[in-house]
Order: sequence, then structure tokens, then C-alpha cells
Amino acid sequence: MPAREGAFPDARLLGAVAAGGVLGSLGRWAVGLALPHTAGGMPWATVVVNVTGAFAMGLLVAFLVDRPGVHRLLRPFVGVGMLGGWTTFSTLAVDVVQLGAADRVPVLLGYLVGTLVVGVAAVGAGAALGRRVWPGP
Amino acid sequence: MTATHALLVALGGAVGAPARLLVGHWLRTRWSAVPPAGTLAVNVGGSLLLGLLVGGGAGPGWLTLLGTGFCGAFTTFSTLALEVWEAVEDGRRAEAAAVVGLSLVLGLGAAALGYALAS
Repeated sequence: MPAREGAFPDARLLGAVAAGGVLGSLGRWAVGLALPHTAGGMPWATVVVNVTGAFAMGLLVAFLVDRPGVHRLLRPFVGVGMLGGWTTFSTLAVDVVQLGAADRVPVLLGYLVGTLVVGVAAVGAGAALGRRVWPGP
Repeated sequence: MTATHALLVALGGAVGAPARLLVGHWLRTRWSAVPPAGTLAVNVGGSLLLGLLVGGGAGPGWLTLLGTGFCGAFTTFSTLALEVWEAVEDGRRAEAAAVVGLSLVLGLGAAALGYALAS
């Protein structure tokens, strides 16, 4: 997200987002290497990154509430770069298509509905924890 | 091999993440689009590209650079989940349902389309 509506994203903002994207993407790739899944099996690595990334996004939003003095690049670096790089929608979508092509409907539904429901709940859990840790000014 | 793949993931991520920022910025400033429209656009576009790559049997190098790196960083689940959660929290149920419905229909549709076109 740009710092101001209408202001073109400047080099520092793009650089912060790119740096966060590198870190998040490398982390997601490492999780994928650690948790390989068989064809037709549950893609646990993608579930793990998406749910933990959603939880971290809830924490970040709770941290940023009522903090106008925070560095303007913090949210783009962490929220757009790191968590955007760590989580993925494209892999979820293509995994679902491949599970459908392989007639693995129960796995497909568990993966898709589970990621969505647990992911959205994880944002709420992260935000709730964040509000307790940082009660705000 | 692994070091080369790490470099490809980093390269793709370094381009994909700022590309998502620019797409969202362009949609908001040029088309006065709401932020969830930017999330939807990158998720649909990235799913189409990854569908094409996987369906077309792209080699491991291209899959790592463009799939794991670029598409992974260009698309996002964390912001999508945040937008749905915020809409639910604020009682905007229609918006939450629209974001989920459009992401599923258009995102999965784009992935299926790319996969079918390239296979």
C-alpha cells in the first residue's frame, strides 16, 4: 500500500516491498522443501504459510492501530512484501485445479474451505492477540 | 542446484511483490478502485500465469523463477484473508461474500483456464 493516495510509489517504498518479498518468498520456498506433498495429497506447506501469514497479518494490523508515528515503510515492508511473499493465492488456486483434475474432491474441499475458514479466523486470532500485547496508547 | 533455485525464488519475489503494489496503486488512482479489487486483480492474474506454467509443463527453473518466486509474491492470501475478516468484523457481509466469491470463481477459473490452455 502506498503511503499516500495519489503519490507514486517511490524507490524506497518499492525497495522495501521488494526486500520483504525476497524474504517472504524464500521462507515459503523453504517450507515447501521441508514439507513436500505427493500428487493428490494435501499441500500442507501452502496451508502452513497461508494460515501463519494470515495470523501475522492480524498481529501487524493490531500493532499498527493508533500508531501514526510508526515508520511509513513498516507496513509495506511487512504487510505487502514479507507476508505477501510468504503467502500465496496462485499456488492455492492451481493446487485446487490439479486436485480436481485428479478427482481428489475430499482433499480439494478440505484444502480450499479449510484454508479460507482457518485463514480468516487466523487474522482474527492474530488481531486479538495483538490487541492484548499492544493495548494501544 | 539449491543455491541457484534460491536465487531464482529471490529474483521472482523481488519483482512480484513490488509489481503487486504497482497494480493496486494503478487501480486505485486511475480507476478509483477499492483495495480488494487490487487484491482480486493480482490473484486472478497470478493464478492464470501459474496455471499456464504448470499446465504447459514449464521446466524446474522457470517454475521456480516465475511460479514460486514471481506468482507467489505477486499473489497474496494474507491480504485477502485480512480484507474478508475486516468486512466480517464491520458487519459488511455482502462485501465479505463478494470478495470470497469473486476470488474463488475468478481465481480458480483463471487457474483452470491457464492450465487447460497450456496442457
